[in-house]
Amino acid sequence: MTDMMSETGLLKETPQTTEAVGGMGYSVKRKEDPRFIRGQGEYIDDLVLPGMLWLDIVRSPYAHATIKGIDASEALKIPGVLAVITGADLEKAGLHWMPTLAGDKQMVLPTDTVMYQAQEVAAVVATSRYIAADGVAAVLVDYEPLPVIVDPFKSLEPDAFVLRPDRGPDKANNHIWHWESGDRAGTDTAMEAAEVRVSEDIYIPRIHVASIETCGCIADWNATRGQMTLHMTSQAPHAIRTVLALVSGLPEQNIRVKTHDIGGGFGGKVPVYPGYVLAVVASLTVGKPVKWIEDRSENLQADSFARDYHIHAELGATKAGKITALKVKTVADHGYTDAAADPSKFPAGLFNVITGSYDFDNAFVEVDGVYTNKPPGGVAYRCSFRVTEAVHAIERMVDILAHDIGKDPARLRMENFIQPDQFPYKTPTGWSYDSGDYPRALQKALDMIGYDDLRKEQLEKRAKGELMGIGISSFTEIVGAGPSHDFDILGIKMFDSCEIRVHPTGKVLARIGVQTQGQGHETTFAQIIAEELGFPVADIKIEYGDTDTAPYGLGTYASRSTPVAGAATAIAARKIRDKSRKIAAHLLEASEDDLEWTNGKFSVKGSPDKSKTIQEIAFAAYTNHPAGMEAGLEAVDYYDPPNLTCPFGSYICVVDIDRGTGQVTVRRFVAVDDCGNIINPMIVDGQIHGGLTMGFAPSLYEEISYDELGNNLAGTFMDYLLPTAVETPAWETGKTVTPSPHHPIGAKGVGESATVGAPPAINNAVVDALWHLGVRNIDIPLTPQKIWAILNEKGVTA
Amino acid sequence: MTTQHIELTVNGQVREADVEPRLLLVHLLRDVFEMTGTHIGCDTSNCGACTVLVDGESAKSCTMLAVSAEGRSIKTIEGMADGATLHALQQAFWDQHGLQCGFCTPGMIMQASWLLARNPDPTDMEIREGIAGNLCRCTGYVNIVKAIEQAATELRAPASTDAPAEPAAAS
Amino acid sequence: MIPAQFDYVRPAAMHEALQILVDREGDAKILAGGYSLLPLLKLRLASPALLVDIRDIDGLDEIVETTDGLRIGSRSTHRSILENPVVVAGYPLLSDAAGGIGDPQVRNWGTIGGSCAHADPSSDWPAVLIATSASIVLRSTAGERTVPARSFFLDTFQTAIEPTELLTEVIIPRAPRPSGAAYAKLERRAGDFSTVGVAAQLSLGADGRIAAAGIGLTAVAEAPFAATAAEASLIGSEPNEAAFQAAGIAAAAESRPGSDSHGPAEYKRAMVKEMVVRALRSAAGRAQAQR
Repeated sequence: MTDMMSETGLLKETPQTTEAVGGMGYSVKRKEDPRFIRGQGEYIDDLVLPGMLWLDIVRSPYAHATIKGIDASEALKIPGVLAVITGADLEKAGLHWMPTLAGDKQMVLPTDTVMYQAQEVAAVVATSRYIAADGVAAVLVDYEPLPVIVDPFKSLEPDAFVLRPDRGPDKANNHIWHWESGDRAGTDTAMEAAEVRVSEDIYIPRIHVASIETCGCIADWNATRGQMTLHMTSQAPHAIRTVLALVSGLPEQNIRVKTHDIGGGFGGKVPVYPGYVLAVVASLTVGKPVKWIEDRSENLQADSFARDYHIHAELGATKAGKITALKVKTVADHGYTDAAADPSKFPAGLFNVITGSYDFDNAFVEVDGVYTNKPPGGVAYRCSFRVTEAVHAIERMVDILAHDIGKDPARLRMENFIQPDQFPYKTPTGWSYDSGDYPRALQKALDMIGYDDLRKEQLEKRAKGELMGIGISSFTEIVGAGPSHDFDILGIKMFDSCEIRVHPTGKVLARIGVQTQGQGHETTFAQIIAEELGFPVADIKIEYGDTDTAPYGLGTYASRSTPVAGAATAIAARKIRDKSRKIAAHLLEASEDDLEWTNGKFSVKGSPDKSKTIQEIAFAAYTNHPAGMEAGLEAVDYYDPPNLTCPFGSYICVVDIDRGTGQVTVRRFVAVDDCGNIINPMIVDGQIHGGLTMGFAPSLYEEISYDELGNNLAGTFMDYLLPTAVETPAWETGKTVTPSPHHPIGAKGVGESATVGAPPAINNAVVDALWHLGVRNIDIPLTPQKIWAILNEKGVTA
Repeated sequence: MTTQHIELTVNGQVREADVEPRLLLVHLLRDVFEMTGTHIGCDTSNCGACTVLVDGESAKSCTMLAVSAEGRSIKTIEGMADGATLHALQQAFWDQHGLQCGFCTPGMIMQASWLLARNPDPTDMEIREGIAGNLCRCTGYVNIVKAIEQAATELRAPASTDAPAEPAAAS
Repeated sequence: MIPAQFDYVRPAAMHEALQILVDREGDAKILAGGYSLLPLLKLRLASPALLVDIRDIDGLDEIVETTDGLRIGSRSTHRSILENPVVVAGYPLLSDAAGGIGDPQVRNWGTIGGSCAHADPSSDWPAVLIATSASIVLRSTAGERTVPARSFFLDTFQTAIEPTELLTEVIIPRAPRPSGAAYAKLERRAGDFSTVGVAAQLSLGADGRIAAAGIGLTAVAEAPFAATAAEASLIGSEPNEAAFQAAGIAAAAESRPGSDSHGPAEYKRAMVKEMVVRALRSAAGRAQAQR
């Protein structure tokens, strides 16, 4: 018999293990924290290897220019500057272009043309960080500026110049791809028949993850051994290893990618940046370890961006407010190359999850990817593959519909929700939602915030001329990519993995294919094993991020760690439990079928004093295992999820607007989340706090915008405004628990839910405060100048 | 390259080095003294990841020259714990889940220690304003504020009589 | 971000520092707290050959009240001003402004002299010194001279300081009672430079009308400046909303904001009006409290 999937999808609202064991449901303090609070974390720039050199990068001041010449002679005269690498050098080895994860290609260094401001132009290798910087300042580049396209709509015009002539004469335009989903004709018919139609243009601007640690690496080539070790900040080390093997021709067993502690990722540390490749080339060239650490301006100006979606959405409904159809046309600005990290089949990610939490039959979505003179965009900002854009659009549209027909937005949502008995629910664009109870989450949020009283207060304030708004977002996330029939990146299926080794003394080493950048995997994955096998969390060590030892996995992004590697961990543990049962039967001289598993031990049914603990079984696995059985107690699992998981929630935001200045203050924010069974409530709350703050940030502050010449207007933290503790609301969180029916421990991903759900709640609240003035939409970020301009136009400034 | 000889105190120990005048204090600590707990996050003195105490006053060590720190007393995250015993702030950040990736944490703890030295019983908003020069991208600040409150309570309590504040989270 | 190379000296006394400025005229930059200068050096927007660190010079960080008014040594940090008992008791405008500069670490080390000498067009102290008609004391080997704040800030990053001079103190005259002053700063987010900063000071006559007014504006022109038309509009008026609105409108007309990430010029001009009104309301309230 097997326990492998027997507990899948069970509701676990209270802990099943003792507190000393610390399985699921306990707020176990994090095992990784002691090193961080002492300043003994090991981040990439903390690492120094013997003989190590530094690499620094010359970058283009122009967004589009011909490189007429590069003069490195002055730089090479500086004592300590060892080499200057240019595109011409790379071209000799065929390394001047590299493939992107999206199947496009990207320059490592240009041979003739730069395509965005701050693009890498040359690399200086020197004996110290300071000398490398001097070398960069001394490299003279002769540029001839070219015309610039920053607007994707202009880029699509027939007379626009072609940004990427390298694509050949068949593609003499700036259109990258067209992608569509749903039933166009059916949706047109339903839209035509709709009693009420609302439409809106919604722009979701470029933003940047801006993790507090920037990106960096040390490439360490050992010529004698033929071994390349790449220490780096990567959310997906195995994928990097494979890409590096394919690009460089080095045998994959001789490439070791090793991450260390990572100071935040949020998607920005998934892509392969030219700096990494340059460090590898430099190390191969000079035969010494070469470190590259980008500074903040490089990070904000050249690393991958998120969003930049121009959405036109149309919603059809009955007069009573029952949604009947949704039609969406979107232009996606990808910069000069499509370097998105979406699964191969989904160039616009999972954007067609845009029907959201609502039950209706007709939807059609189309997206066109476009090139512009900007850095590669379309990657991530704590978001699972374009779900943020989708949720933003549907939650804005639902709110506009409610306001248009004069129905309370909470009530309109309640009347359109997919109901609990409709799960698994098939959406009109083809997704299957695993489980949900949307009315319960929204009702809980309404109760927590005191919705009816707030609506009364709003009316009173409005009568006095004060501007107060209430905004709701009832989002559905879709995470855990993913099932191998649909999900791969460059052909590699998006499974994930865990390997567990139980040592003779009853201690455990587990290695996982995912990577932590602050999520707390060393704790939560130990809790999964504690839950399944009864070993105390303190006895379990979790390792990751070393491709020489960890099983192959696709890494941590898109909230996939728990849904995929978490499942692999539970299944690997159940394999160990299955073997343990056999060993226990041998030790207890009982039949396997007569044994029951409780609290970390097998006991004979009806004779609870006849039992063997998991620790005793572990010892026996090496000292007294049954004849004919392999010694040892180990298991590995590569988990291919049957479906994605769909965490969801309802958020409510209350804002006040200063009529004199246009400043928006978030007065309260209630977030009710449902991520299925919870492994560690403290960590889940922390993930939600952080996600909310990264939803709040682009709602009010953050935007990477460009002037007509393609100059990045937010290239430092002086202009790219991360929220501080002063503005950030005191988040109020609540939970409901609806287990995933297909996940071994009933859990769902949660890392990005709040980033997805928060912006429309804030945006809806601000529009709600101004609706009576005739305001239908304001695009984020909701800056004071934007709000003030509207107040001024409406004649209601203080 | 001309260098200057400097002597300063770091976490109570006298340290010496020959440094270029342009060497930043944060690089002296990290690259020369190999004390890598102090981090660099932004270069423009906005993020506070490099915060240390200089003669008791919190400073962004990316915005101070090593030569300007000559003769001064520097305290870094490495100087906070007393051997195996964590400082109340370190313990509180752990107890309250006041960190995730841990990168901003040393600067945040140093800034909080400066704040509590000046204001032992801060309000919620005084804490938030006190760490306004320290950016955190992971936590949303809620648990950082809680951690500083916990440490403040513990540090105010007479050391010998009161037990440490009970952490909210099970351990 | 790494600065270019430079030399560094830390003179022990004022006369040494002043002699260095003569010997290395044009090559040397004064280093105080570093929060204005070091970011420029790291971005390589400035590359002086020599930094003169004035850390060890005695007497530059005193804050004393004299018959002239409040004398603030140039090396006084924003926080030392914010927390100075004399300032707390009698100069709330200074507390308002100091408390809003940067963040705690910046306030711990950044200095009033450094901020004024650096003359960022959106820094806060210049507006305060202009509103209070303060004086700025400059010293060189040739002696000392005093420049009115109103003619000190010449252009973006440009002041009346000669290359051989060191800014040693600012003198804020005591305003006749009853008077009140306040600073109103609009910022996008805590720690940000001002979108608009307004320092306002009002003195009331025996009749309760405004006898003297000072309004300094920052971030809305190439350099901080005095809104003289707005000031003039207030003289003789009752300190009431109509007068404040009129002054706000006048100040908005006098400002010359550029468009940038803080907002378009039109918005900033409107914010000048709004912030002038708010500063005046607060200043008038403080003045009334002295009556």
